[in-house]
Amino acid sequence: MIDVQNISKSFADKVVLKNINVVFETGKTNLIIGQSGSGKTVLMKSLVGLIEVDEGSIIYDGRNFTAMNFRERKEVRKEFGMVFQGGALFDSLNVLQNVLFPLNVFSTMSKSEKLDRAHFCLKRVNLEHAAHLFPSEISGGMKKRVAIARAIALNPKYLFFDEPNSGLDPQTSIVIDNLIKEITEEYQTTTIINTHDMNSVMEIGEKIVFIYKGNKLWEGTKHDIMHSDCPELNDFIFASEFTRLIKKNIKNLT
Amino acid sequence: MRMLLFHIGRYVLLMKKVFSRPEKGRVYINQTLDELVTIGFNSVGIVVIISIFMGAVITLQTAYNLENPLIPVYLIGLGTRDSMILEFSSTVVGLVLAGKVGSNIASEIGTMRVTEQIDALEIMGINSASYLILPKILAAVFFFPFLTIISMFVGIFGGWAAGVLTGAISSTAFIYGVQYAFVPFYVVYALIKTVVFAFIIVSVSAYEGYYCQGGALEVGRASTKAVVYSSLVILLFNVIITQMMLAK
Repeated sequence: MIDVQNISKSFADKVVLKNINVVFETGKTNLIIGQSGSGKTVLMKSLVGLIEVDEGSIIYDGRNFTAMNFRERKEVRKEFGMVFQGGALFDSLNVLQNVLFPLNVFSTMSKSEKLDRAHFCLKRVNLEHAAHLFPSEISGGMKKRVAIARAIALNPKYLFFDEPNSGLDPQTSIVIDNLIKEITEEYQTTTIINTHDMNSVMEIGEKIVFIYKGNKLWEGTKHDIMHSDCPELNDFIFASEFTRLIKKNIKNLT
Repeated sequence: MRMLLFHIGRYVLLMKKVFSRPEKGRVYINQTLDELVTIGFNSVGIVVIISIFMGAVITLQTAYNLENPLIPVYLIGLGTRDSMILEFSSTVVGLVLAGKVGSNIASEIGTMRVTEQIDALEIMGINSASYLILPKILAAVFFFPFLTIISMFVGIFGGWAAGVLTGAISSTAFIYGVQYAFVPFYVVYALIKTVVFAFIIVSVSAYEGYYCQGGALEVGRASTKAVVYSSLVILLFNVIITQMMLAK
């Protein structure tokens, strides 16, 4: 569980996050949604310590991450797995070496155990056949899956996904969404997904936090979202004529 | 002035991070060996080519300017040797390597920054500055003195070949000049300069890449800045070291 307490962040005079309070639950897919520039990326980068917050605390299962020094944070970060928007795979390493990387740096396993673990992770994301390809030789969807395999290599407690479906077609997006959900349930991780993909919201949104101009305006589940009376959220979710029609029909049905 | 102080301060903090205790020694050893090939071995070709031509030109220019019959002709060999050892093999080769190695380092690290690969390292709990920059510094500081020594020999050989082939000086006179009044301290001076230049090239270029922000355009700018700033710092330290080591 990650408990975010009263965090605020400004860049010069611009306030990006205002007094955010939220609890991200273990074993669930927690989604942060919001418009571009709403502050959701800053929130996620603050959670993992890539950006220092001005005020407030981030508590990882009782451990106050914001109050820790560099070495203490390093220990907590070993429990993190993160999938970046573009995958952030290391270009000079092939797929297998990318997955082996965290194992080589942190694991005390033998060489054969590490290889077994890396192959297991690649198998988990259905990419065993691509082990010897380089990032430049694989598609965007495959890169995301390799990044997921790398993120789960050390059995993380906390998984972070920054726009996991950006640049992917709807079918591949669903494959990635399902993979994220399966992994979250299988490993009981605290999974946080930063997205503005509405398919993901409706597919895997077990807990959804809506950020609007740096404020948390709403939180709930994918079921609650259909009946929300938050106008900013409705404008965001049901932005197109098509989605408004769907909402109207659902309301009529219920 | 304020910006200059800002960059110097940030550079010092980055170097502090680079030289902090590494995570796992073996990973760093492998990285350093890889960098020895990328930064060191892969630069041998350009150093050899440049040095041959520099040595040849020094010999021909010295011969052209030695018109007085009272000045012994073997001084052409001596001049080529001292020019190569004192300045060309360390400083000029350093400037060439700032272009080749420096731009490569800045664009490599800059690309890693803009594609979030450095963030990925940080998230894993790895000291990204140390992991990426320290092996490059170690490789350059270890290998560049060998490049300087290669440059000295090849440059003097280039001078000999140009002098003999053009008839500007006989082989015997040139070799006599090369051996005449040799000061071994000059080699020590050149090697010390090389070690300092190696550190400057890698650290300044890595600094430019590490703090690069934006996209492909900014990576290109970082690469250009890396070459310009490392060249300027090399020239500055060339004066400082020369004053410290050779001034009477």
